[in-house]
Amino acid sequence: MCFKCCLCFVQCLHKVWRFSINKIRLYIFFNIISDPCVSPWTASYGLTDEQKEFQKVAFDFAANEMAPHMAEWDQKEVFPVETMRKAAQLGFGGIYTRPEVGGSGLSRLDTSIIFEALSTGCVSTTAYISIHNMCAWMIDTFGNDEQRESFCPDLCSMEKFASYCLTEPGSGSDAASLLTSAQRKGDHYVLNGSKAFISGGGDTDVYVVMCRTGGKGAKGISCLVVEKGTPGLSFGKKERKVGWNSQPTRAVIFEDCAVPATNRLGEEGQGFNIAMKGLNGGRINIASCSLGAAHASVLLAKDHLLVRKQFGETLANNQFLQFKLAEMATKLVASRLLVREAATALQEDRADAVSLCSMAKLFVTDECFNVCNQALQMHGGYGYLKDYAVQQFVRDIRVHQILEGTNEVMRMIISRNLLTES
Amino acid sequence: MSGRVLVGVKRVIDYAVKIRVKPDNTGVVTDGVKHSMNPFCEIAVEEAVKLKEKKLVKEVVAVSCGPQQSQETIRTALAMGADRGIHVEVSGKDYETLGPLQVSKIMAALAKKEDAQLIILGKQAIDDDCNQTGQMTAALLDWPQGTFASEVTLDGDKIKVVREIDGGLETIKINTPAVLTADLRLNTPRYATLPNIMKAKKKKIANVKAADLGVNLTSRLETVEDLVGKLKEAGKV
Repeated sequence: MCFKCCLCFVQCLHKVWRFSINKIRLYIFFNIISDPCVSPWTASYGLTDEQKEFQKVAFDFAANEMAPHMAEWDQKEVFPVETMRKAAQLGFGGIYTRPEVGGSGLSRLDTSIIFEALSTGCVSTTAYISIHNMCAWMIDTFGNDEQRESFCPDLCSMEKFASYCLTEPGSGSDAASLLTSAQRKGDHYVLNGSKAFISGGGDTDVYVVMCRTGGKGAKGISCLVVEKGTPGLSFGKKERKVGWNSQPTRAVIFEDCAVPATNRLGEEGQGFNIAMKGLNGGRINIASCSLGAAHASVLLAKDHLLVRKQFGETLANNQFLQFKLAEMATKLVASRLLVREAATALQEDRADAVSLCSMAKLFVTDECFNVCNQALQMHGGYGYLKDYAVQQFVRDIRVHQILEGTNEVMRMIISRNLLTES
Repeated sequence: MSGRVLVGVKRVIDYAVKIRVKPDNTGVVTDGVKHSMNPFCEIAVEEAVKLKEKKLVKEVVAVSCGPQQSQETIRTALAMGADRGIHVEVSGKDYETLGPLQVSKIMAALAKKEDAQLIILGKQAIDDDCNQTGQMTAALLDWPQGTFASEVTLDGDKIKVVREIDGGLETIKINTPAVLTADLRLNTPRYATLPNIMKAKKKKIANVKAADLGVNLTSRLETVEDLVGKLKEAGKV
């Protein structure tokens, strides 16, 4: 054959090969989620039969309802309301909210297991569901009966969606210096100020807002529930993000926004405390989401190593990659143990709960990001293509090291607790 | 017709697992391998629960024959909406040789004991692909059978069954009591909800021995060898 024909022939073969590899990739992806191999690093060891059932439902839901749409939701920036409502029908809308107001009344450990499993289907959507759960819990725990009955049932069924509003343009890590003011005027509070980076902002219905009713610092902050449609409540533009694209992120703006005083959760000055208590659980949830992404990424990497051949043999025969995979799996198991211990400590209201939650968030979000990143590296050039899921896991969990308290703030909390120990 | 439905659920190796044959070729590796409810049994449970929700049947009883772990499979059925479970404990050598003939004898005995008016099974199990238990059970009870059902409608004391057959779809009308086996398109099994999983904990699972039902578990079959097929060699262009 002449040179030109050879080239055409090779290019043709390459196209056919690329096409079939892509099909195999998608197939592998859709089947890896509920990994059937019971090896030391799967997620089911040490769980009760009931917890295994919860986990199974979450894995199945992730594989069937979320994973097939994960890429589309990311690319088209879709807020998957219908899918989340389906999840709520299974009880995922208020997992650790009390049953009298529509929640599932499960433990923090059950919750962690569920979010970890759901995250294998779509990190971004699961992370939003966890934020929604946190808000429902805050109202259930710190609200009076009227507030609980008014807000929680709709939140647990996801008839309505919630957002957590603490961060402002001028106060991120230094959350207690927030400026949004809430002036008491008769039986209303009038809010002025703005919140930044609010997950779900603009698309959600119920906003749990930390605002200043008193003097400076944490003790002057209260917590108000603001409903969408309240005059004076508006939203900024939808942010364009590296990941977490299945949930909109917007600034939430208050301009002489009058909120009934009956919407205040707890006492004046209790707001910061409520916010931090919410975040303890939120940190476990975010860490759990990172776990799920790492779990899925390790499975993707494993399958790739078994299939891809270079230098005459599969990548799985390469010792460096074997060792790398071993390290990734080890970090995954270690992370999982830490998150579950933190969840148990929080459930039992142990003295070390806050430290453990911070440690879990710090360690797990960092390590799992590295795991996902290494999984991407193992895919070579393919890892960089959006046809392959591993890059979405990397992009989606990158922000877990930043929000719900940066990993730097986690170090602050841990060292402070350590150094003030008697 | 309002009465009791027995649903058989089998614990099998999960459909997504890559099966490996044991080195001595005496069977498939099952230790440490993920198991779950046979997918066709899930469809059977879903159909029974739907009938109960339409108030066409009174009680759904999930039955499984196997070792201790079969109780997990029954719990899944309870979480989907079955009312109670019966675990026929079969373990060890008896379990290795347990096949459709023994299971159908057990189902027939239970149907009489529980005064069941309907038995719904999956059309086949994904591990042995026998596709015999439903048919044998019906024969032992001398009940009509609606196998490969893709649509079931209760009509007074008769059942209209649309069956998937080679030529297309066949519709039959059978009397009750009857045995039905579920095919793929009968329904889409529901997810267990978190509250139902918790409620399932309180539902009862009775333990029964095959001998108490008067069933002899001895198998008339002997597996001689389990072989992995030779991998196809690459062709030449």
